[in-house]
Amino acid sequence: MRETLWTLAALISHWRRRPGNLATLVLGLAIATALWSGVQALNAQARNSYDAAANAISGGGARTLVAARGGLFDQELFVRLRRAGVEVSPVLEGAIRIGEKNIRIIGVEPLSLPRRSPIADRRTRTDVIEDFFSGPGRGFAAPQTLRRLDLSEGAQPQTERGQLLPPLAALAEAPPGAIIVDIGVAQRLLDRPGKLSRLVILDEETFDEARLKPIAGDALRLVAPDDDSDLARLTDSFHLNLTAFGFLAFLVGLFIVHAAYGLAFEQRLPTLRTLRALGVGPPHLIAAMALEIGALTLIAGGAGVLGGHAIAQALLPDVAKSLESLYGAQISDRLALDARWWLSGLAMAGAGAALAAASGLTKALRLPALSFARPMAWRGAHHRYLGRQATLAALALVAAAGAYGFGQGLASGFAIIGLALLAAALILPVGLAGVLALGERFARRPLARWFFADGRQEISGLSLALMALLIALATNIGVGSMVEGFRQTFDRWLDARLVAEIYFEAATPADARDIEAWARTQPDIAAILPVWRAKTRIGGWPVDVVGMTPHETYTAHFPLIDAPTGVWTALHAQDAVLVSEQLARRLSLAIGETLDISTSGRDWSARIVGVFPDYGNPKGQLRIDHEKLKRYFDDASGVQYSLRVDPAATKRVIENIRQRFGGKIARIIDQAEVKTLSTDIFERTFAVTTALNTLTLIVSGVALFASLLTLSDMRRARIAPVWALGATRRKLAALEMARVMAFAAGAAAFAIPLGLFMTWCLVAIVNVAAFGWRLPFHMFPAQWLVVSCIALGAAFFAALIPVVRLARVSPTELLRVFSNER
Amino acid sequence: MSIDATPENLAAERTSAPMLRVDGLKKSYPTPQGRIPVLRGVDFTLAAGASLALTGESGSGKSTLLHLVGALDDADSGDIVLDGVALTRLSENARAAIRRERISVVFQQFNLIPSLTVGENLSFQARLAGRYDPAWQEELTARLGLATLAARYPEELSGGQQQRVAIGRALAVRPRLLLADEPTGNLDEATGDAVMALALDLVAATGCAFLMATHSERLAARLQRRVRLESGLLAAQ
Ligand SMILES: Nc1ncnc2c1ncn2[C@@H]1O[C@H](COP(=O)(O)OP(=O)(O)O)[C@@H](O)[C@H]1O
Ligand SMILES: [Mg+2]
Repeated sequence: MRETLWTLAALISHWRRRPGNLATLVLGLAIATALWSGVQALNAQARNSYDAAANAISGGGARTLVAARGGLFDQELFVRLRRAGVEVSPVLEGAIRIGEKNIRIIGVEPLSLPRRSPIADRRTRTDVIEDFFSGPGRGFAAPQTLRRLDLSEGAQPQTERGQLLPPLAALAEAPPGAIIVDIGVAQRLLDRPGKLSRLVILDEETFDEARLKPIAGDALRLVAPDDDSDLARLTDSFHLNLTAFGFLAFLVGLFIVHAAYGLAFEQRLPTLRTLRALGVGPPHLIAAMALEIGALTLIAGGAGVLGGHAIAQALLPDVAKSLESLYGAQISDRLALDARWWLSGLAMAGAGAALAAASGLTKALRLPALSFARPMAWRGAHHRYLGRQATLAALALVAAAGAYGFGQGLASGFAIIGLALLAAALILPVGLAGVLALGERFARRPLARWFFADGRQEISGLSLALMALLIALATNIGVGSMVEGFRQTFDRWLDARLVAEIYFEAATPADARDIEAWARTQPDIAAILPVWRAKTRIGGWPVDVVGMTPHETYTAHFPLIDAPTGVWTALHAQDAVLVSEQLARRLSLAIGETLDISTSGRDWSARIVGVFPDYGNPKGQLRIDHEKLKRYFDDASGVQYSLRVDPAATKRVIENIRQRFGGKIARIIDQAEVKTLSTDIFERTFAVTTALNTLTLIVSGVALFASLLTLSDMRRARIAPVWALGATRRKLAALEMARVMAFAAGAAAFAIPLGLFMTWCLVAIVNVAAFGWRLPFHMFPAQWLVVSCIALGAAFFAALIPVVRLARVSPTELLRVFSNER
Repeated sequence: MSIDATPENLAAERTSAPMLRVDGLKKSYPTPQGRIPVLRGVDFTLAAGASLALTGESGSGKSTLLHLVGALDDADSGDIVLDGVALTRLSENARAAIRRERISVVFQQFNLIPSLTVGENLSFQARLAGRYDPAWQEELTARLGLATLAARYPEELSGGQQQRVAIGRALAVRPRLLLADEPTGNLDEATGDAVMALALDLVAATGCAFLMATHSERLAARLQRRVRLESGLLAAQ
């Protein structure tokens, strides 16, 4: 113990003399941990919210009964089940809008609520529970939800359709973005009289599945509690995406840690040898080094986890918005993270530190007590180093090819990207060394020859930072072109998809019929097109069914990926459907195949006549003829419509409808506004990706700066002889800068093809697996230029301080290099 | 150690047998041209408190021999017995303990720890061995003339000063045996002589045995005995 502690003291004293090196190490580890744990915090936050939403009523652990096809079922079924003694509690869920905000309404029956439910706890407070169904009733919402709605307890907001909610009370356990009300109130607010969305099983002991069939037939389906909720399933790829980028950022951070620790190790090598000579055995040495890494983990990891918390806090609004707009998922806007998250962040930091220090530790373990004062065999070591890099790169490429052959799922997509990045990073020093060797061969003037020869020696010191830069640049290009390509495709698609000038939703189907009748008499309105919706499930996935009427709006514009001629005639005249690209990919559906679709009545067999792109929609979608939607789905919404009007008259028509129908209109919106909304969703979805990308780039800049700063002492020893031979300090400093810039330019040149490969992987493998759509592959040379400039800029600023220091170094300092030579 | 290594027997052995005994020591180094023998059967003994100079041409194997005796490296064959303990048979960890507590080495290149101050360097080995003795430490510092330099770092000292720190560090632990490998090789003649005088003085004060490698006959003459290393064998002088 004593030996270990004194060894540790000697090791740590190194940092006292080189605080910059320590700062780099701590910063690198902290940043890596911060990016990783920040992303994990976002994921954990979202998952907790999904769980809270799924378990708010059941208290978790209970199975539920839902409509086999998705959507709602008749309350009648519940009554019959209860009469037969099946103990279940009814729930009705749906969305309303209060002041432009989407709110989930959860209707429950307080008396039969499961005991585990957080709301059931309120039963003890009888006054509250009495409120719940006496008088005006009571609505429970999380404090956060109240804040979001700008309401205080006791307030009685109105829905967009003009219905009054019961007075609200705060309940911390309520899921975010939801209001819990009595089931009767919910049926009224949602305009779903006599309908339910699920039944929670109260007692698993007494529940008997066999008794279900005679009463409910095939109408209900049992969902296990650990079955991922639809929300968790749909958002899975979103979170995997986040995780992948977080991991990438973590790796880039680790490059810094590795570089900083490696440099410190080299600098401390003489000390390690002396320690061994003074009688420190390998176990003590390793123990001391491990203790040092442990301390580092605690400090940097702790700071990193705090930073991760801050990052998550900053990104949470964007993530929450994009999850809400994409999936309708409500995420709590207050980060609530448990001990597990803090510990796993620290564990990740520890694993990272251990990984980065592993080579140092193994070297220390094998370190002989003697240093043999032999001339440094630099050339041999350099060639061995390059050979090892090339071999590892080749191995990574083989592994990438293997991953591609293995399958084209999300995991293998990310594995291919990761391995390709790794291979490129490993081969980078080899490429740079080759270029420098070439330069050396053709250089005439002695200083130029020295420039190239010396540059080759510097590569191994800078290579980790350059690799980090390469990865960051390539990721920026790769993700950047994917997002930009997607944006263009999305814009074009949106233009084709949103042809109608006005979109509205009536409050009830009856209101809709009134408006429809009126619209047909209006000269300004060229057409009124119902776009009703219904729900079903295909292959276990939730699917929306949307109706279409035969009209030029669709036949001339509606974007299709793949459709034989006569698709529109077929759609309206035959038993035919259009399927969305996502659904087609997920279920491997092809044109010409027949699909069995469960409807309100018997299954309906329809032939697939076309596939359409449906970007940004996590759910599958079927488009069918409007008349058939009415015939097969008696619970079709019956409220959504598009209007074709003279574009110049749009504002007037909207005004007209608003005045004439007032509360009968739930929402009315013009084309421009829908486009803005959709584009906004798009931007938010990629806001996080872009932020992580930028952070990664900053991290790599820091890595370069740190490496150059730590190297600058060693550089002095290399430069002193050339200076002594007559080169000016200014000239040598300029050469230093030129070299760093050349390295960065090399990394940028290498990053472009690598980034393009990454784009290809993203659009052709990852997006297809994650979201179900394939985008065309685009290239954006302007973007390459920007990224190259960023690389050069980063290199310039990273090199500035070390180079200026070099230009100003006093002759005394340079002379010391000679006097200290051993 | 033999089976009858009771304390009494050990004490008896110490008075009768020499403190250090080197027997038939052989060492060769692998080179691209095959193994080159450096030591080809070296024998010598050193009594407690005695001093011995090891001379020889540059490249004759002085450092190699010192490293073996200092338990820093492995011999091909032969024995090195210190206080009845055969160093050649010990594990890596046991040899580290011997280095910590019984044998100190002063190198030509000083080998101070650059990140520790002079004061910290001086006491380091003693603390490592758990034998820190403030009074002795203070005496050493004063006699080495390092009192005013304690807060400086090695790189801020001259070569002679650095070597004085290295000697102080080696003696602070009160070793049984002090090894020195060309301790004045990096110093000019005047400084070297001064450091040498100081070292001999302190060795006497510590009461440890002293084995020094040097290529200088002049320096060697200042020790009690000297041997010469030639073609891998010792020639008595
Ligand atoms: N690690 C080594 N590998 C190969 N040869 C070595 C090594 N160390 C020393 N030698 C060789 O062993 C011989 C003796 O070296 P050394 O003991 O350092 O001599 P001295 O200290 O007397 O100058 C020399 O020829 C030297 O080249
Ligand atoms: Mg020597």
